[in-house]
Amino acid sequence: MSAMMAYSSSWSRALVAISPYTFSAVGIAVAIGVSVLGAAWGIYITGSSLIGAAIKAPRITSKNLISVIFCEAVAIYGVIVAIILQTKLESVPTKSIYEPESLRAGYAIFASGLIVGFANLVCGLCVGIIGSSCALSDAQNSSLFVKILVIEIFGSALGLFGVIVGIIMSAQATWPAK
Amino acid sequence: MYGFEALTFNIHGGFLEAIVRGHRSGLLSTADYNNLCQCETLDDIKMHLSATEYGPYLQNEPSPLHTTTIVEKCTLKLVDDYKNMLCQATEPLSTFLEYITYGHMIDNVVLIVTGTLHERDVQELLEKCHPLGMFDSIATLAVAQNMRELYRLVLVDTPLAPYFSECITSEDLDDMNIEIMRNTLYKAYLEDFYRFCQKLGGATAEIMSDLLAFEADRRAVNITINSIGTELTRDDRRKLYSNFGLLYPYGHEELAVCEDIDQVRAVMEKYPPYQSIFAKLSYGESQMLDKAFYEEEVKRLCLAFEQQFHYAVFFAYMRLREQEIRNLMWISECVAQNQKSRVHDSVVFIF
Repeated sequence: MSAMMAYSSSWSRALVAISPYTFSAVGIAVAIGVSVLGAAWGIYITGSSLIGAAIKAPRITSKNLISVIFCEAVAIYGVIVAIILQTKLESVPTKSIYEPESLRAGYAIFASGLIVGFANLVCGLCVGIIGSSCALSDAQNSSLFVKILVIEIFGSALGLFGVIVGIIMSAQATWPAK
Repeated sequence: MYGFEALTFNIHGGFLEAIVRGHRSGLLSTADYNNLCQCETLDDIKMHLSATEYGPYLQNEPSPLHTTTIVEKCTLKLVDDYKNMLCQATEPLSTFLEYITYGHMIDNVVLIVTGTLHERDVQELLEKCHPLGMFDSIATLAVAQNMRELYRLVLVDTPLAPYFSECITSEDLDDMNIEIMRNTLYKAYLEDFYRFCQKLGGATAEIMSDLLAFEADRRAVNITINSIGTELTRDDRRKLYSNFGLLYPYGHEELAVCEDIDQVRAVMEKYPPYQSIFAKLSYGESQMLDKAFYEEEVKRLCLAFEQQFHYAVFFAYMRLREQEIRNLMWISECVAQNQKSRVHDSVVFIF
């Protein structure tokens, strides 16, 4: 198994001894868990400002729900990728769990999960903060809404980048044949 | 950490920040001021104000209005806004909001002590106090004979207690000592507020430092100008200046030895932000200095709203409302005394 690895480093022996199933499972958990964390964080940042600003300017409520929807989309990306990743998780015979091909598949799913999770975390934060500023500016001057919305659209593209790269990563997660 | 406040500010402060920004949009605009300046009587002023946010506060007033009534009711609106925000605030925002009112508390204390010295009725004085600076045992101030009693009887229970350590003497209260007491208390209050803001850190610390430094410098200049020709010695004057701000420490040393306004001007012109203020005045003139300082203060307060996720917007809103109430008082007085040509002498437009 570790014929190719250097014997001098005990860390490498420890890491390689972790089952690829563990890495895959953790990757899937991070994909959905951290995405939802980002979405929730963004929604509360926008929501608290939106509620306060709507007291003086009730007209802003319906338009500014778009910011909340952009944040929610981030959570949906996480769910979609988590579902895709879990379909990639296959069982392999016990003798080939620690083969390089198995490890590669496990790491690919783990990396995919991390990519999607953390890209969605920062995307949700970004969209949430911009949404808060958008609500406050719209309450003062309604011509600003569309302009700030454009900034939010660029912000939500970040989550999309993460999803695309994550799906490409997971496409190469091929477990060894039985 | 400065720059990352956006991540956690809205947990406790997001709602109130949005509310205070909503209040800011209700400040009187240039069009409102133009309408008010063209009013002929106080009833016209009341009619114009009924279309603004002051409407509900003035609508029940009977017809022969006085300027003091208008100012009182408009101040009530400020007090209501403040109390709404204070009761929904959590730490540290609630402490910050309370700090904003300590200046009014100091003014109220000095008002009652001075009034008692001149044998005025306590009830009459209590009505003149600013509502934001009231505290429970304020009426007992009339009983005190000297500063030690003042502290021991009343002030030790108020938030002003820590500011008193520098001015407890056994001297009797007379006009000069009361003014010195007022300025010493205010100096201690500003320094305490400054330290508190520094402890909060982030954007709050940066913006509040600028606003409080301007306040400290303005008070230093006013103390200097008001004490020219009085018995206040240079050392006493030096002790009344706060130990922060643009003028600290070298500007203070120069100001302490000034004997007339032109010397003050010479000192202040070395500092670029204040040079622009003093450039508006011609030589020997000091009446417009107050208005020039107010204009500069309003400019800085409006800039505080440019950033999000900090507490200085609350401070800025309270100060801008107070400036607006000052404007309304000036306009009402000019209208009531038929001196409408002088209206623009002292009105500072906010927008």
